[in-house]
Amino acid sequence: MTLHIGQPQRRENARRHLAGRGRFVSDLALPRMLHAVFVRSPMAKGRILGIDIEAASLCPGVVRIFTAADLNPRCQPWVGTLDHFAGMQSPPMNILAEESVLWTGHPVAMILARSRAEAEDAADRVLVDIEDAEPVTGGVPVLQPGAARANDAADSNLCYEALLQTPDVDRAFAGAAHVVEAGFTFGRHTAVTLEPRAVVADYDPSSGALTVHQGTQTPYQFQDVYARHFGLPEGKVRVIAPDVGGSFGMKLHVYNEEMGAVAASLILGRPVRYVADRLESFVSDIHARDHDVYGRMAVAADGTILAMEIDDLTRIGAVSAYPRTSAAEGNQVIRLMGAPYRMADYRGKLSVAFQNKVQTSQYRAVGHPIACAVTEALVERAAEATGCDSFEIRARNLIADDAYPHVSATGYQFEKLSHQACLARLRGMMDPGALRAEQAALRARGIYRGFGIASFVEITNPGATFYGVGGARISAQDGAVVRMLPSGDIHCAISVTEQGQGTETIIAQVVADQLGVVPERVSVTTGDTATTPSGGATWACRGAGIGGETALRAGRQLRDRILTLAGALVQTDPATLRLAGGAVVDAATGAPRIALEEIGRIATYRPDTLPDGIDHSLTVAHHFAPGGYPFDFTNGIQGSLVEVDVETGLVTLLKHWVVEDCGRIINPLLVDEQIRGGVVQGLGPAFFEECQYDADGQLTNGSLADYLVPMAVEMPDIKIAHIETPTQDTILGAKGVGEAGTAAAGAAAMNAVNDALRPFGACLTQTPMTPLRILDALDAARQERTAP
Amino acid sequence: MKLPAFEYLRARSPEEAWQLHSEVEGDAVYLSGGHSVVPSMALRLQAPSRLIDISGIADLHGIAVQGEVLRIGAMTRHAEVMDNPLVARHAPLLALAAPHVAHPAIRNRGTLGGNLALADPASEFPAAVLALRAKIEIMGPEGRRHVPADDFFLDLYETALAPGEILAAVHVPLPPADRVFAFDEIARRRGDYAMVGVAAQADLEEGVVVDASIALFSVGFTPVRATAAQAALIGAPLSPESLARAQASLAEDLDPPDDPGFPAPRRLQLARVLLGRVLNRMETRP
Ligand SMILES: Cc1cc2nc3c(=O)[nH]c(=O)nc-3n(C[C@H](O)[C@H](O)[C@H](O)COP(=O)(O)OP(=O)(O)OC[C@H]3O[C@@H](n4cnc5c(N)ncnc54)[C@H](O)[C@@H]3O)c2cc1C
Repeated sequence: MTLHIGQPQRRENARRHLAGRGRFVSDLALPRMLHAVFVRSPMAKGRILGIDIEAASLCPGVVRIFTAADLNPRCQPWVGTLDHFAGMQSPPMNILAEESVLWTGHPVAMILARSRAEAEDAADRVLVDIEDAEPVTGGVPVLQPGAARANDAADSNLCYEALLQTPDVDRAFAGAAHVVEAGFTFGRHTAVTLEPRAVVADYDPSSGALTVHQGTQTPYQFQDVYARHFGLPEGKVRVIAPDVGGSFGMKLHVYNEEMGAVAASLILGRPVRYVADRLESFVSDIHARDHDVYGRMAVAADGTILAMEIDDLTRIGAVSAYPRTSAAEGNQVIRLMGAPYRMADYRGKLSVAFQNKVQTSQYRAVGHPIACAVTEALVERAAEATGCDSFEIRARNLIADDAYPHVSATGYQFEKLSHQACLARLRGMMDPGALRAEQAALRARGIYRGFGIASFVEITNPGATFYGVGGARISAQDGAVVRMLPSGDIHCAISVTEQGQGTETIIAQVVADQLGVVPERVSVTTGDTATTPSGGATWACRGAGIGGETALRAGRQLRDRILTLAGALVQTDPATLRLAGGAVVDAATGAPRIALEEIGRIATYRPDTLPDGIDHSLTVAHHFAPGGYPFDFTNGIQGSLVEVDVETGLVTLLKHWVVEDCGRIINPLLVDEQIRGGVVQGLGPAFFEECQYDADGQLTNGSLADYLVPMAVEMPDIKIAHIETPTQDTILGAKGVGEAGTAAAGAAAMNAVNDALRPFGACLTQTPMTPLRILDALDAARQERTAP
Repeated sequence: MKLPAFEYLRARSPEEAWQLHSEVEGDAVYLSGGHSVVPSMALRLQAPSRLIDISGIADLHGIAVQGEVLRIGAMTRHAEVMDNPLVARHAPLLALAAPHVAHPAIRNRGTLGGNLALADPASEFPAAVLALRAKIEIMGPEGRRHVPADDFFLDLYETALAPGEILAAVHVPLPPADRVFAFDEIARRRGDYAMVGVAAQADLEEGVVVDASIALFSVGFTPVRATAAQAALIGAPLSPESLARAQASLAEDLDPPDDPGFPAPRRLQLARVLLGRVLNRMETRP
């Protein structure tokens, strides 16, 4: 029964947020609460000689200043490795730097004061004496033997390496009519959530209970982390994530500051609040990407892609992130290469290197944009080499829609994708013939437009193979408790969480349809480990696919309970009844038999009137873990139309198209907004966003004045279409959609820019594609042409 | 990003402002729109002990033609610079510049006087007043003086204002009806500080340029008058040839800073491109 599944229901909490009724961690003020500020290392690498806190301690409002010696012992250090990444190393991390500082921004002292302003005043007066050391900041060949180490506690700068290959890859290259190749550089960027990271840790010594209010996407993971690292019984730890202003993967990592807030609260027995300000976000929130990739593609004379070979060097921080590691991104880069194509052979090499910068780790579309940009740029080169156009070469090589199940050259198993249907749909939307004609006419007038396309797959609905098998205590299952209130209204407490994407709205839609009520009668609770069952929450695209299925199954169990009860009440075989319109109705005729509120009333207030032995409990709990395929892959294709001002290097993004297949669409409005937001987060790092470091490891643009986030004015109109291929692994059939936009937007845009620059022979292989890089590419092409 | 503690006082007259300023020698800052001072205090780049709000001083308000000049009070908000008909008519370069200055929320608070007194070399208004050959009206305990824009912007964030002096107004000479103007900038996002910008005006007699005034911003420590480029235009009609001459002579006018992220030759190149485009687009005011 799908009345509401598939409907463009508005996001339930949007009205509340618009009305200024949001309740974020930053809004919380608890009695006796202290405000924390961290004193941070001003240099990227060095040895701490001394910290003088005397003057700072005397500042008004200061309650306590911690340095490593008195804070770190309260917390067990954390290590960002996982067992399934064989051979991975990462030194332990503590809350405050002990001997060495490892990046600019590394916390060295923690100040607790009555107000944030007073704590900042005191922070200015802490004197930190650091002996400067030469930092490792990339650029140099950090992996060569004898290279200076970013982290002296590691054996070398190599955190992890991996090699993935098919037996015949060399033969495929040897026999290829063409081999195209290129080197690519993908800059660092960061999440820039509207609400920065925020935590209020509240330890109550009288009960031994720790409550942590935290703007996170994964409360259960933090419940486990805090219990283990602070030696508390899990049942005494409660993590509450109220409204969260965006997360994008950035808010599921363990950070020094949150651990510091918990430790300080445990020591002081008072609530401790830490809210990152924007400058701190830049030097403490994880950064993303930072890859140098060299790629080759072997192509037959007819344009058939035979093989790819990839070498990815990705530079992380001075330690790997915890608990998901900083290796997952690179691991996904080498596994997603060439994924949409039939290509049989592959070699992918990954090196993950330490350096003295902010940690990198999982951010929206982990690894996808890199794999997609490299693959799709090489596909364009292959097209050029074989005289195909962009659509033709993809039509020839994309996995056929009737060829499933399919296993990619990198070992991913695809249940069923729709690449060819998406390609055909995109062609219809873009009308490449008309675009080519327009391009030619405009070139004659000195206007350079180009378009590019990029196919992608997205990893969604991950099972335990993702982290669980590596020993990480990260849940792949989710749980829901669905109950009917005496009034017949429905409540669902569920472990998937809400950060603005509309999780609660789609859960209400799914539950409503199982119980024959309107979604307005379903209230949803998320984000509190004490009131919702344990689960994975938000990561890697799982809210709809896994959370939705959990809610569906729980809803159906409650439906069966209600029908059994109704059958007893109206003395009918429950099999002849169903739920609709807020009532139990005759399954065949739809004639109302008994209203839900009547059942609620009797079950709650007059259970004595029910037949003996009948189960009148109207609450069910259900947990669901994805089975079948290890992931539900989704697929799609994007197109970008740009105009490049070849005199200034400025790019105008004229239009963007997305055709996407996320399986069953629960809410088209929210799906499209996920795609649009995702596209913008893909275009941002393609053109604007970059964490720029100098050779000393100083972040030189760490504020919103200098770090350019994409703004509405610069963004193109985004046209979206859908193909629906539900997964057969679940009843609901939904896959994820949160990362699809981000996965391929930059790849399509890079192909578009290069298409625009084709008359000049210029080619961009580095993101962001800034005006200066575009001018450099034009100059390089000009020099090449005039060189003897 | 919390402001250090400070004292906030409101001055009702220039005399009171000077008095409050001199009491804490070197440690007071005037507050107009607050959109530069307050962020810089929050970033703890600046920690004055006293903010003296001068927005209540009547003399700093108002836009009016006074004889041969348009007087624009220092407290005029960016939004008003953008919309005011007298500004559009008599100081079109300011009106053309205003939409490029930040975003509506900032334009609603930021003031012309605060912007000029700050003298950010990447800012639009200083170049506009330079190209307009405006004078800056300054009042201080010693009296009132009028400093030509050419002598006002001295160095990075450094102006002819002596400590305690207040920028009272901008005086723009009323332009002849057929003067032509254009303004533009190259910025990666609308509302950002520009990578380079140009404000230009010219007078033509029988199609021949008899006077030109060109100022660039985001090209050095101050807004820069392009003297050589101006000279290259004079005595000829605005033509592809004269534009090319002006573009070529920019190298004499500019000595942009060499930043690894933005090398000087690139900035000069962009300045040339933009100058060409701006000169191509010179129009009489609407
Ligand atoms: C997000 C953001 C983006 C911005 N983008 C741009 C941009 O693109 N282009 C641009 O040009 N500007 C930009 N600005 C700056 C904005 O225009 C400022 O408001 C302006 O530069 C300062 O004006 P104010 O009235 O706010 O001055 P205030 O901040 O009040 O003062 C600035 C300085 O001038 C002094 N001062 C102020 N008024 C007087 C006076 N009458 N006499 C003597 N001294 C005085 C103050 O003491 C202080 O030192 C931006 C600001 C923000 C916050």
